[in-house]
Amino acid sequence: MGRPISKEHEIAARRLNANTLLALILGLPILAGIAGIILPAFGYMPALGGVRFTLRHFAELAGQPHILRSSLTGLAVGLATTCGAVAIVGTFLAGFAGTPIFSRVQHLVSPLLAVPHAAAAFALAFLVAPSGFLLRLVSPELTGFLRPPQWLLPNDPLALSMVAGLITKEVPFLFLIALAALPQLPLRQSRQLTAALGYGRLSGFLVSLWPALYRQIRLAVFAVLVYSVSVVDVAIILGPQLPATLPMRIAQWTADHELRARFLASAAALLQLGVVLAAVLIWLLIERLARLALAWLTYSGRRLRNDAVPRFISAFAITACAALIFLGIAVLGAWSVAGLWPFPRALPAELTLQTWLRTLSPLWPALLVTMALALLSAALALLCAILLLHRNGAADRGGDRPHHRLLYLPLLLPEISFVFGLQILIVSAGLKPAFWSVLAVHFLFVLPYVLLSLAAPWRELDPRFERVAAGLGKSQRQILLSVRLPLLSRACLTAFAVGFSVSISLYLPTLLIGAGRLTTIATEAVALSSGGDRRVIGVYALVQASLPFLAFLIASLAPQLLFRNRRAMRT
Amino acid sequence: MLEIAETRPLTLADVTIRLAERTLLAVSATVMPGEVLTIMGPSGSGKSALLAFAGGFLDPAFDAGGRLLIGKEDVTDVPANRRHAGILFQDPLLFPHLSVGGNIVFAMPPSIKGRMTRRALAEQALGEVGLAGFFDRDPETLSGGQKARVALQRVLVSAPHFLLLDEPFSKLDAALRQQTRELVFSRARAAGLPAILVTHDSADAEAAGGRVIEVGGEEKA
Repeated sequence: MGRPISKEHEIAARRLNANTLLALILGLPILAGIAGIILPAFGYMPALGGVRFTLRHFAELAGQPHILRSSLTGLAVGLATTCGAVAIVGTFLAGFAGTPIFSRVQHLVSPLLAVPHAAAAFALAFLVAPSGFLLRLVSPELTGFLRPPQWLLPNDPLALSMVAGLITKEVPFLFLIALAALPQLPLRQSRQLTAALGYGRLSGFLVSLWPALYRQIRLAVFAVLVYSVSVVDVAIILGPQLPATLPMRIAQWTADHELRARFLASAAALLQLGVVLAAVLIWLLIERLARLALAWLTYSGRRLRNDAVPRFISAFAITACAALIFLGIAVLGAWSVAGLWPFPRALPAELTLQTWLRTLSPLWPALLVTMALALLSAALALLCAILLLHRNGAADRGGDRPHHRLLYLPLLLPEISFVFGLQILIVSAGLKPAFWSVLAVHFLFVLPYVLLSLAAPWRELDPRFERVAAGLGKSQRQILLSVRLPLLSRACLTAFAVGFSVSISLYLPTLLIGAGRLTTIATEAVALSSGGDRRVIGVYALVQASLPFLAFLIASLAPQLLFRNRRAMRT
Repeated sequence: MLEIAETRPLTLADVTIRLAERTLLAVSATVMPGEVLTIMGPSGSGKSALLAFAGGFLDPAFDAGGRLLIGKEDVTDVPANRRHAGILFQDPLLFPHLSVGGNIVFAMPPSIKGRMTRRALAEQALGEVGLAGFFDRDPETLSGGQKARVALQRVLVSAPHFLLLDEPFSKLDAALRQQTRELVFSRARAAGLPAILVTHDSADAEAAGGRVIEVGGEEKA
């Protein structure tokens, strides 16, 4: 009697340890970052001569032109993106989960997750701009345009192109998170049951499965909301400019040579935290209304059998997300090798490698830094993830819940706020912005994704392999190194590729912590967007988009080589 | 012939397995070297939990009482990797990243030194079950019966103190099952190992030829 209880205690203590460790790794920098903006926002920052608490900087912020509009635009963009992405993914799952179309779309959408936000935004911009590919396709035959019209696109003041750009990237994210949750639901039985009761496919799914599914993806939905309310790189490429969204203006203030602008930026970063909080509150309200509507639908007993139109729309929308990004990346590629390409020709008049040759020498050092950051942060995160999962050990059965919540910690706070706070702390501590501090902040963002990616295969490995090995007298460490890790080598490589891609796409953390002195492909590509040289942007965006694909390609090919003679390891 | 190094009886002293306050089974038995004790029962009767208890990897959801002794030595609190329990599951569970011979070499105690010695012993162990020349093969290319034999030899070369057999024949087809059964039991006997077999197949119990303990019939909670 006494033994099992003490063993349980010991296991509980170990689980606590791993989770506490994770909470410290992720939580401390975030708390520090938030503290790092609160003090200067109220005027306290001795390094810059602020020694007295004051509300002056908030007054200064309120005096900035169109500050309310900037805040509200960001808020609206985030809510619209989240509503759109959840509606598309939810309707598509409800309409098609378990059908052959579903698995086909799954293969189409999965690679989109690897495309960095900035590259996807450029892809969209190159399509929808007045001189973009879509208008060229129909000009002058359908439109009569012989020169590009003077439309304010993609940086339209209503931020429609920005919302579209965000939705194309958030739909794959939510879709894949939902996909991971789907096997835990009794999909087939519920489908058969509700169909037998005469429900349409959409309403049957909504009534029977949606609440449970939504509970599983809820944190990811909030991560989407927070991200799209606070995003900077997509806002620079696709968002409205006069006035720009609040996060984008904060980014501009943080880059101000006048160091005192940091007080203003801190106050604004605190305001951004408030905007995110408002967005979360509004989303909670929307959730409540949706729950009421669903309850009404359930109790009314309506079958809603004629749901072909919304189902078709959702399938169209999700396919369009993939088509837009793939087509856009192709157009990026076309621009990078285009010589003369006058409007309204759909294809370049001539092809040349001139742009690549001319761009290669400035691109090279940025590429090296990018690769070094991505390889190191992904490797560190993988190592850390393996240690944390190993600590949790076999005792993790069902105990992964709190764990998963912790992972979302850095994704549920606006990065512009806490990363800027970290920058202030680094400056205040008298440290020079350097490769290592940027690497540390990359690690912070990479770790959650690597853990999310590795946790499921880690849990699913047949525990009997390790029991056999233990019976053969192998120690814990021997079992980890010679049984578990080799068996999970494919999952580890995939997790590494995920981390690598996240690092490649990080714009704001690189910009803020590097204080503009560390140039990566991401920071350079976004910086180029204002210049508008499409050919050079094409080169950078194409490089940025292809690096993650390369990583995933290697991750899927490496096991084929490593385990040439082991059939079971190659599938 | 494997040398009979250390043959001590295995004792289950008042072992009880409980799940959520419900007693699944209670067993007391001593298994002599070379004897096979069969635990029969339907799924959910706790018989696999009993094996997990004996192997040292019982899920913390279960509550276990009683002691496990090898000879006079109490190993109840000894971690799984120091118990020397040879386990055979329903599936052969050959490590797919190692070669057939690699699986055997992996199982050998570190006290056997020297690459060539270890390889020679592994080849000998494979030859004993009609698999001479299979050392470098990919386990995935073996038939079900061949895999089962490799799994058996892998357990035996690790010099276990006792065997735990978790329905190891249930996934083999009838002819193969008969053959593999005989092989496992005869080799366990030859090595003088006490063994516990859990199964729901009475033919297994008959072939084992030892005592049979039935657990969890139509149990009323």
